Amino acid sequence: MEQFNNRNVSNEYFLVDIEDYPTDGWGKFKRVVKRTFRAELFVGLWVVLREMIKFDIHTVSYPEEKMPIGPRYRAVHEMKRLWESDAERCIGCGLCEKICISNCIRMDTKIDAESRKEVSEYTINLGRCIYCGYCAEVCPELAITHGGEYENASEQREQFIDFKTMLTPLEAMKAGTQLEFEGFGAITPHEDERVKKTPLAY
Amino acid sequence: METAYLIETVIKIVVVLLVFSALAGLGTYFERKVLAFMQRRLGPMNVGPYGLLQVAADGVKLFTKEDVIPQNVVAPIFKIAPVVTAATAFMAAAAIPFLPQFTIFGYTVHPIVADINIGILYILGVMGVGLYGPLLGGMASANKFSLISAARGAAVFISYEVVTGLSILAPIMMVGSLSLIDFNNYQAGGFGDWIIWTQPVAFVLFWIAAFAETGRTPFHLIANDHEIIDGFGTEYSGMRWGLFFIGEYANMFFMSFVIPLLFLGGFGDGSLLGALGLLGKMAFFFFFFLWTRAAWPDVRPDQLMWLCWKVLMPIAVLNILVTAIVLM
Repeated sequence: MEQFNNRNVSNEYFLVDIEDYPTDGWGKFKRVVKRTFRAELFVGLWVVLREMIKFDIHTVSYPEEKMPIGPRYRAVHEMKRLWESDAERCIGCGLCEKICISNCIRMDTKIDAESRKEVSEYTINLGRCIYCGYCAEVCPELAITHGGEYENASEQREQFIDFKTMLTPLEAMKAGTQLEFEGFGAITPHEDERVKKTPLAY
Repeated sequence: METAYLIETVIKIVVVLLVFSALAGLGTYFERKVLAFMQRRLGPMNVGPYGLLQVAADGVKLFTKEDVIPQNVVAPIFKIAPVVTAATAFMAAAAIPFLPQFTIFGYTVHPIVADINIGILYILGVMGVGLYGPLLGGMASANKFSLISAARGAAVFISYEVVTGLSILAPIMMVGSLSLIDFNNYQAGGFGDWIIWTQPVAFVLFWIAAFAETGRTPFHLIANDHEIIDGFGTEYSGMRWGLFFIGEYANMFFMSFVIPLLFLGGFGDGSLLGALGLLGKMAFFFFFFLWTRAAWPDVRPDQLMWLCWKVLMPIAVLNILVTAIVLM
């Protein structure tokens, strides 16, 4: 988790010394003798035995243990709520539907009783979705984001894709456990300090 | 007395069959675990405690799977080939003394099915016949990978058999008998009497040939999974494939018994300690079969033939000559 950004594993790369292949019989014979008596085979045996004795097992027994995933991981989508009012953040602008390059988002909107725009239908066809993250990037309200739920095997094709399923439950809002997405389109940390007042004094 | 002998022999055969069929299953479990630990994995963990019941799960799978006979195969040969492998592996066990003789309820039991006076010759011969399994199975399968496997089987066969026979000749000259019991009694004096001290070259040669005989990793050419799928086993399914498997692992166990009996003192003077010693040596040699699989790469068929004919066979002949001169 901590080393997600450091891809420079080592800067001590070096070229391996490869001897020239022997051309004559005497050279081949010398190579055989050298390989036989340098006991290279036993080096190999020792290496695997050492690992067995050390018993430093690297297996993650998956359903019980899970690897940590990065905050920018793009798994099944989530719909967030506003922290202040618990209302849905989605304003039904349709940008995600427009930008979706695999055409998997479909939404319908209507004017509600208070003559505000409201999302009436919202589905994501996860069979088509390529998890590119454009919808989360383009969303002006940080409403649709990617979550960390990558186990999307289900008994019904309709699982996960419904607006109500993707929406953060109200209990989670009450407990204050809604997680903000740190991936595409998210606000960078300490954004408040960097915001400048809009110059309105024309 | 004749009837008692008959009953005893039948019981011994059944016991050997059952014990080594079960051990062949357990052998796969040990192989998976040992290889996994050496590669920093866990191996089977989910069926039973520490994955111990994986063997049973595999058995259920093999027994209940459909026995597919593909369309273009030579059906009779295709069907008989796995039986050849498994049957010869167990037939070879007839001349192997697994434990020293012991007395139970006042009846002396010899844990060897038949103490024939050509024991080692019989074992090597029958194990050699076992190679007909891959050969026939591969040729009858109507599959190009199986055919390559069969051709490799023939190449391996003509290479290692020479080394096996010649390397074992020098100890036979010393002992003057072909029976494994006589071999054991020759070395019964203790640690210093082991044939390995007088015949170290023969020991190494026989051990190398044993790897070719059982088809284990440095010489794992016949069913080389990453080159020719499963070789002769590609077209097999269910219990026919399982018979190949049982034959291979039983062969490994029997080889692990034969090497200590020939070179490392066997069960010694026949005490309980000696019997445990034989089992311990057997366990080491079986473990070594798995160990090399984790550590060593495979050689090519032409490299194996080069090794056997141009390196090991001259050494074996020299070893026989030196032994003969010393014995004279």
